[in-house]
Amino acid sequence: MKYAYYPGCSLESTAWDFDRSTRALCRVLGIELVDIPDWVCCGSTPAHVSSASLAVALPVVNLQKAATIDAPIMTACASCYARLRTANYKVQNEPDERERVERITSAPYDGGVKVQHVLDVLVNDLGPDAIRAKVTRPLEGLRVACYYGCLLNRPPEIVAFENAEHPSSMERLLEAAGAKPVEWPYKTECCGASLSISNPAVISRLSHKLLSMAREAGAQCVAVACPLCQVNLDLRQADAKLAHGDLPDTPALYITQLLGLAVGLSPDEVGLSALSVNADWLVPSDPTATVSTAENPR
Amino acid sequence: MADTLQWENTSLVREVERLSGTPVGACFQCHKCSTGCPVGPEMDLLSSQVMRMIHLGQEQELLESRGIWLCASCEACTTRCPMGIDVAAVMDTLRMMAVDRKAAIPDARGEKFNRSFLGSVRRHGRVFELGMLAFYKIRSGDLFSDVGKFPQMLAKGKISLLPKRSGAAKQVRDVFRRAEEEEKKR
Repeated sequence: MKYAYYPGCSLESTAWDFDRSTRALCRVLGIELVDIPDWVCCGSTPAHVSSASLAVALPVVNLQKAATIDAPIMTACASCYARLRTANYKVQNEPDERERVERITSAPYDGGVKVQHVLDVLVNDLGPDAIRAKVTRPLEGLRVACYYGCLLNRPPEIVAFENAEHPSSMERLLEAAGAKPVEWPYKTECCGASLSISNPAVISRLSHKLLSMAREAGAQCVAVACPLCQVNLDLRQADAKLAHGDLPDTPALYITQLLGLAVGLSPDEVGLSALSVNADWLVPSDPTATVSTAENPR
Repeated sequence: MADTLQWENTSLVREVERLSGTPVGACFQCHKCSTGCPVGPEMDLLSSQVMRMIHLGQEQELLESRGIWLCASCEACTTRCPMGIDVAAVMDTLRMMAVDRKAAIPDARGEKFNRSFLGSVRRHGRVFELGMLAFYKIRSGDLFSDVGKFPQMLAKGKISLLPKRSGAAKQVRDVFRRAEEEEKKR
């Protein structure tokens, strides 16, 4: 299994642990990643709210570069994923848009490079059984709230690889790793995304709402698959508690960090130290023990 | 077409439909978009009200509203609209119109963040967070929020002092220039 890997800007900075754990997990699972040479920013939300031309052109520059690697693109950031998929959709369905982007990039592009999210690769191309076969340190009984957020599934005709209102890919993967995902109603609610910088008060309210519901459903931690979801639930968790009331510390981990620990990767190999809300209790000090099933001590 | 509703002033709805590529005129005010909107509590205009005001041609009120900048682009409205209106794309279009027409934007933090982000991409080919945040803080005057988080983010390697440039930074500058030329033609 081979993919052209598009990390995106967040995975070089605030989400370096998502990058490290994705690469390490793929290595263990036999998934080959080839970095797209000289990739550039996808433009993310600032591009699509500012310039319709730029919002298609920046992703297409990357899709054209990836065409030299004979494999589908795999990306981990939900925003990059949605922007690359949306650009493909527009190029395929809107002839004017295709002509415009070919003028802007001075190169032909037919919208044909397939784009997948790491979750799609893990659950559909590889399958939960392949993960189960590699588990050496099961997440025994760990109660996880799987949080998908917005852009992995919306709008469904462009991005979804599963049911958009009731996704279950993370639950299936975590069950294969021994965890006990909880049922909760906010799986696809929004965390406020890039309002993180321009309007942090909104983020506090939304993060608090998500974290309290996760707790109410019995979760000890949250699994995420998007750098902005992670920042808003982890780095901004303290602000959310100050503004809207105390809650037990609830780590928000990338799905690749949780699965990485289950297949035997070390805390360092999955970048566990990057978390603001500590999750070291997940890894028992006795290396022969399984991942702690103890209550989150806080 | 005798039984089709005819609005007296259709220029705004036509223009928004052309720029967003979505049938805004089809909105029949079911309010499903507003019901599922995560930032509804902070909005001065809910998304269904925005649709209706486009029908009514209330351009100035729309372009000077706070709500169009609070949209988090979560796409819940677009996904659930029974008439297939891409409501989130309409919000994008209104923001672009507000900037183009130099509307009095009540809270310009969102617009300044977008400009700072894209400026960083234009310079380096990728986002350089620290530089982008510095530009944002200068532009918005919001100098102190989150400054307390920098030491922690530096220690955890979540923010770096130097940009990680793309090898294709020059190509990106050309893309920005040509995209601007294309936008003028719309």
